[in-house]
Amino acid sequence: MARTERQLPSRILVLGATSAIASGVMRPLAAQGAQFYLVTRDPRKLAAVAADLQTRGAGAVFTHLMDLDDTDAHGSMLADAAQKLGTIDMALLAHGVLGDQEKAQSDYAAAEAILKTNFLSAVSLITWLANYFEQTRQGTLAVISSVAGDRGRKSNYVYGASKGALNVFLDGVRNRIDRSGVHVLTIKPGFVATPMTAHLDQNALFAHPSGIGDGILKAIRKRKDVAYLPPIWALIMLMIRSIPNAVFKKMNL
Amino acid sequence: MPRNPQPKFESWGRYPRLHANVVPLSWTTDFPLAKPPATKLLPVGAGRSYGDVCLLDGGTLLKTRGMDRLLHFDPQTGILCCEAGVTLAEILDFAVPRGFFLPVSPGTKYVTVGGAIANDIHGKNHHVAGTFGCHVPRFELVRSDGARFVCSATENADWFSATIGGMGLTGLISWAEIRLRPIVSRAIQYRGTKFIGIDEFVALSQASAQPVYTVAWIDCAATGNNFARGIYMQGDHSSMPGELTPSKRPWLTLPLDLPEFALNRFSVSLFNTLYYNKQRAKEKTGLVDYEPFFYPLDSLLQWNRMYGKSGLLQFQCVLPWEADHQMGIVKILKAITASGLASFLAVLKVFGDVPSPGMMSFPAPGITLALDFPIRTEVSFDLLDRLARITQEHGGRMYPAKDARMTAEEFQSFYPQWQAFARYIDPAFSSAFWERVTARG
Ligand SMILES: Cc1cc2nc3c(=O)[nH]c(=O)nc-3n(C[C@H](O)[C@H](O)[C@H](O)COP(=O)(O)OP(=O)(O)OC[C@H]3O[C@@H](n4cnc5c(N)ncnc54)[C@H](O)[C@@H]3O)c2cc1C
Ligand SMILES: NC(=O)c1ccc[n+]([C@@H]2O[C@H](COP(=O)([O-])OP(=O)(O)OC[C@H]3O[C@@H](n4cnc5c(N)ncnc54)[C@H](OP(=O)(O)O)[C@@H]3O)[C@@H](O)[C@H]2O)c1
Repeated sequence: MARTERQLPSRILVLGATSAIASGVMRPLAAQGAQFYLVTRDPRKLAAVAADLQTRGAGAVFTHLMDLDDTDAHGSMLADAAQKLGTIDMALLAHGVLGDQEKAQSDYAAAEAILKTNFLSAVSLITWLANYFEQTRQGTLAVISSVAGDRGRKSNYVYGASKGALNVFLDGVRNRIDRSGVHVLTIKPGFVATPMTAHLDQNALFAHPSGIGDGILKAIRKRKDVAYLPPIWALIMLMIRSIPNAVFKKMNL
Repeated sequence: MPRNPQPKFESWGRYPRLHANVVPLSWTTDFPLAKPPATKLLPVGAGRSYGDVCLLDGGTLLKTRGMDRLLHFDPQTGILCCEAGVTLAEILDFAVPRGFFLPVSPGTKYVTVGGAIANDIHGKNHHVAGTFGCHVPRFELVRSDGARFVCSATENADWFSATIGGMGLTGLISWAEIRLRPIVSRAIQYRGTKFIGIDEFVALSQASAQPVYTVAWIDCAATGNNFARGIYMQGDHSSMPGELTPSKRPWLTLPLDLPEFALNRFSVSLFNTLYYNKQRAKEKTGLVDYEPFFYPLDSLLQWNRMYGKSGLLQFQCVLPWEADHQMGIVKILKAITASGLASFLAVLKVFGDVPSPGMMSFPAPGITLALDFPIRTEVSFDLLDRLARITQEHGGRMYPAKDARMTAEEFQSFYPQWQAFARYIDPAFSSAFWERVTARG
C-alpha cells in the first residue's frame, strides 16, 4: 500500500474552477490548507467558489477571469499562475461543454465550438503545462475527459469525439513525460449530477460530484493513468467497446 | 387516460406521490429562472419532510442541493454563512473538527439549511434554545420578480418572520447565517431514566437542573400497568476535552422495500419491550457519541423503506400544559392502543417558552408528541383524523412538516394567523400542503 500511495498536491491550478466536479476535488484539498489558482469566466460563480474554499481552510486563493476558448491568452495566465503559486504541483482541467448534438449535426460552427472548448483549448493548456512539468520534473496533470470519448454514439458523438481526441492526446503526453516524474491522469466520469446534465432526467445512474471528487483524489494518490468513475464504468465501457460495429450501428444509444 | 409526462415525487413519508418537474439550482444567482415555467414553483431541500409541504402537484420543484457552498466562518462569533442547500451533515463535517456544533439538531442530519429555516425546526434543546430560526441572524430571500431582501430581526423584519416557518412559500432562501455553539468533544454525557405514565414523565421533565438536551422515547403499544412507559433521555455536550474528528459516512442502506407486514403491532410491541428492557436499571449514565444520540436512524440510509411501498404517516402535535394531568396526551395514546395500530417511533418532549421568530412556527409551550404509522388501509387515516380532533379539543396544534392529513378547517384553527401570513406568499409559489389547507370546503 504505502508503496504506491502519495501525498496529495498542495499548489493547485484549476481550469474551469466553477465546475461541480472540480468542487468535489478541491474541497478536501482546501481542508488540508492547499493553495489554489482558479480560472473561469463567470465572476459571480468564481466569487462563491473562492469563498467556499477559503472558508474550508484553503491557504490562499488566487483568481483569474477568462474565457478558456481564448487560447492566445493562455500563456500569460499560466505564467501568472506559476508565479503566484510558486510552483504548480497539480493542474486540473475541468472546463467543458456538452453542446447541442442535434445542432452540431447540421451546423459546423456548433460542432467546432464544442471541439474548441473541450479539445483545442485543452491542447493549448496541456502543451504549456506538459513542458512546465517536464522542466520542473514533477507535477500532476489531471484532466477530466469522459466515458463518452470511448465510443461514438449517435446521441452525442461530437462531444464524444472531443473527449476521444483528448484521450489520445493525453496517452501521447503521458508516454512522453511520465519518465520525467510527471503524473498524467485521464479521468473518465460516467453520468454525474452537475449543471452540465441538469436538463437531463437524472436517474439512479447519476453519481454525486463529491463522490467523483473523492475518486479523483484516490486516483492521484495511487498514481493511476486512467480512472473510470465510479469504477463500474470501466466494466460498462469494456462491454460497450466490445460490441461489433455490425451490431453497434443498429443500436439506439 | 393520457399519461402525465412529469415524473412523480414523494417526500420522506413516501405519501403522497405527486407529479412535478424539477429545476436544479446550483448558484444563488440561478433564481429567478431565466426561463420561468408556466407552472407554480416550490423550493425543495433534501425532501426530509414527511407529508406534502415539499411537494407541488403539476408544479416545478426548485431543487436547492446544488447550492452547497460555505461562504464565511468567523470562529470568534461562531457564525457560519452558507448557501441554503448545505445539509446539517455537511455543517457538522466542517464544524466539529473546529470545535463547533449545530445550535439545534432535528432527528436526522440530512436536512438542508433552507428546509430547517422554512419549517423552523426544533430539537432536543427546545426548552432552552428555542427553534432553529432563533439561531439564524440573517438570510437572503429571493422573490420570483427578482427582488432580493437581506432579512434579519431588524432589517426587513416582517419578511424575516414570515419566511422562518414559512414553508417555502415566501420565496427562495439563497443563503443564511447560522450561529454555531462551541464544543470540546464529540461526546455527550448521557442519562437515561425509565418511567411509567405521563405524570412521571412530567415530573422528570420538571425536575430542577435540566440538561441542554432532553427527549423521551415512549412505548405506544404498552397497555395496562405499563401504559405510557418509556425512557427519559438527557444529555449535555461533554465538558471534558475529547475527540473532535469528523464522522464516517454510513455504509448501511436499506436496499429494498420491506413487505408491508414487516412492521405490525406484534413486531413493534416486541421491539418496544426489548428496547425498554435493554436498560435494566431505572437509571443509566455514561458518555455516548453525538451521532447515535442525535441521529439514531441515520446510520441506516433509506430506513423509510422499512414501512414498505405504501409509505408512512407522521403525526406531531403540541398540546399546552393542562391543569388536569395532560389528559390530551393520554387520550391520544389511548386512541392509538384502541385502534390496534402501533407507532414504531414515538417521541415525547417538553417545549419551552423561548419565542419562535417565525409567524407560522409550530412549537409552542407544552408537550409535543411525535408518532408514525405505516399506511394500512383506511384505519391509519381514520386514526390520524381522530388524533387531529383530540389535538383541536385540547387547544393544541399540528406540525405541517410532518403532515399529510390536516383539513383546511383544522389548519386554520391551529394557525389563525394564516391569512396575515398569506400576504407574504410569492405569487409564483405554492405547495400541495398549502393548496390542501387553504382549500374552500
Ligand atoms: C428522521 C427524521 C427526523 C426528524 N426530526 C425532526 C425533529 O426532531 N424536529 C423537527 O423540527 N423536524 C424533524 N424532522 C423534519 C425535518 O427536519 C423537516 O421536515 C425539514 O424541514 C426537512 O428539511 P429538508 O431540507 O429535507 O427540506 P424539504 O423537506 O425538502 O422541504 C421542507 C420545506 O422547506 C422549504 N424549503 C427548502 N429549501 C428552501 C429554500 N432554500 N428556500 C425556501 N424554502 C425552502 C420547502 O419548500 C418545504 O416547504 C425530521 C425528519 C426526519 C426524516
Ligand atoms: N456531468 C457529467 O455527467 C460529466 C460526465 C463526464 C465528463 N464530464 C466532464 O466533467 C467536466 C466538468 O463538468 P461538470 O460536470 O462539473 O459540469 P459543470 O459544473 O457545468 O462544469 C463545467 C465548467 O466548465 C466551464 N467552462 C465551459 N466552457 C468554458 C470556457 N470556454 N471558458 C471557461 N470555462 C468554461 C463552465 O463555466 P460556466 O459555468 O461559466 O459555464 C463550468 O464551470 C467537463 O469536462 C465535462 O465534460 C461531465
